[in-house]
Amino acid sequence: MAIIKTKDLTKRFKDVLAVDDVNLEIEEGECFGLLGPNGAGKTTLIRMITAVSPPTNGEIWVQGKDLERSAREAKSIMGVVPQLDNLDPDLTVLQNLMTFARYFNVPKHEARHRSMELLGLFKLEDKRNSAIRELSGGMRRRLLIARGLVNNPRIIILDEPTIGLDPQARHLVWHKLTELHAQGVTRILCTHNMDEATVLCDRVAIMNEGRILDLDAPHKLVARHVGSDVWEIEVDSQERENLLAMLESRGLDFEDAGTHIYVFHVGQEDILTGIVGDGHKLRQRPAHLEDVFFRLTGRSLIE
Amino acid sequence: MKLFSWRCIRMWQRNRDVFVRLWHSEAPGAIAEPILILVAMGLGLGAYVGLVDGQRYIEFIAPGIIASYAMFSASFECTYGTFFRMEYQKTFDAVIATPLSVEDVIAGEIFWGATRSMLTGTVILTIAAAFQLVHSPWAILIPLVCFLEGVVFASIAVFYTSMVPAIYTFNYYFTLFITPMFFFSGVFFPLSSFPQIVQTLSWIIPLTPVVHLTRSLVSGDVHLGLLWVFGLVLLFAAGFFSLSLFTMRRRLAVLKGLCCRTTWLDSTAQVKAPFYMLNIENYSVEL
Repeated sequence: MAIIKTKDLTKRFKDVLAVDDVNLEIEEGECFGLLGPNGAGKTTLIRMITAVSPPTNGEIWVQGKDLERSAREAKSIMGVVPQLDNLDPDLTVLQNLMTFARYFNVPKHEARHRSMELLGLFKLEDKRNSAIRELSGGMRRRLLIARGLVNNPRIIILDEPTIGLDPQARHLVWHKLTELHAQGVTRILCTHNMDEATVLCDRVAIMNEGRILDLDAPHKLVARHVGSDVWEIEVDSQERENLLAMLESRGLDFEDAGTHIYVFHVGQEDILTGIVGDGHKLRQRPAHLEDVFFRLTGRSLIE
Repeated sequence: MKLFSWRCIRMWQRNRDVFVRLWHSEAPGAIAEPILILVAMGLGLGAYVGLVDGQRYIEFIAPGIIASYAMFSASFECTYGTFFRMEYQKTFDAVIATPLSVEDVIAGEIFWGATRSMLTGTVILTIAAAFQLVHSPWAILIPLVCFLEGVVFASIAVFYTSMVPAIYTFNYYFTLFITPMFFFSGVFFPLSSFPQIVQTLSWIIPLTPVVHLTRSLVSGDVHLGLLWVFGLVLLFAAGFFSLSLFTMRRRLAVLKGLCCRTTWLDSTAQVKAPFYMLNIENYSVEL
């Protein structure tokens, strides 16, 4: 059963359509990835799903219940790890977790027990009485994730959870997320880190300009949009036109990215002979989710 | 309009915990100031003031000082304090992702502001009693009056805070609203020195009925007519409380993404634009 379902979900600000007609079904227990450039509408979508921002149009159901009517109930089973640090700087590290647990009505002794356990898990025990300003960026991030878990959520929503973390801390977070999988917790992950999405997510939605462009398992997205391998050809300006014409005439699926041309959906057969011979620098490499991302959302920076 | 629930106590508790942790950094100053005013105005200036009924000037102003400083407490807490938590610390964003709603958060803020009023009022009442300026057991009700007064001024402050683009905008609030009220609500001189029309109008300034209440309770001049005055304060409280819940929901939930976007794109322009224009523009978005 879908734990979260949206129908024609839309959010419009004065002259901006932030989320445009999104229909989603997120299955219970899966890890669902949301990829997209800045301004694609990911955060606004998350804010609507977490009942913080009312939609302009459309409907949301959490555990089969209309979110508008059961917002509190839905929020009580969700843990949210926001992109921007909003830890409470007026409180200590331990107080941050305990106060947050109190928002969820967790009894005091239980809140203390859980908070200490989470501080232990994220290697922050020694900092429990520190002020937030004394923490490093990585520690804040870890505390933010710990805070998202303090209510034992059934759904955890993480917006860029590992940004600014060193590789050790990142693996700690990935490990914890995998552990949550075993407990059947649904995870929603907004990220720009393609490795993270490939490793962790069962399904990934690629979003741009408020719309979901495609949605599937990472390997299926790669197979569909770029094939198993990508050929990168380094070109200089003189040969460029010829080369493009040649690729065109052979009916290949390629993309012109200035200094490089990327050719997709090429098998092992020597369909590119004649190009290699011309002395072009050519490299074959396995296709990534990042290639899909660029193909669907474009290479230019979005204003 | 949506109502708040008992969960607002959670936000109140959060603010109380912070106060308990940090009170020593602000509370002493907040107590010293009313004592200074009481001594300087009451004894210093009071030596030159003869009231019609022969009352000592310090006795006349003491109940007004209680009401005024209770007003200041809630006003600071729910302008600068609330704005800080909302815009710089993003505390509200974090809390509304939990089972608390925007309304719970705002009600918690207002009740906390009212609690600060009550604490301040009680401390000054105690000081006034030490100066032997309290003559009636009815004064025991003053903390309650200060709490209700706190709800009024915290609500007005939150309502204003829900519309300001930048922290500097609070200067207007204090110079054009709070300070005039401090001087023209019958704290330092009886309103009877004004023409009748001004006297009548002064009753729509929320501090006037509160000063009337505290003065009556301190002097023991208690009669049924005070219920009307109390009712007027209650009316102010209910009105501004509902208004602030409504406007804060717009700021924190409905328009949020837009606010983020404009601040992010052009924060300087937003600070420079006249605040009332900006908000009219934002408000026309609806949805």
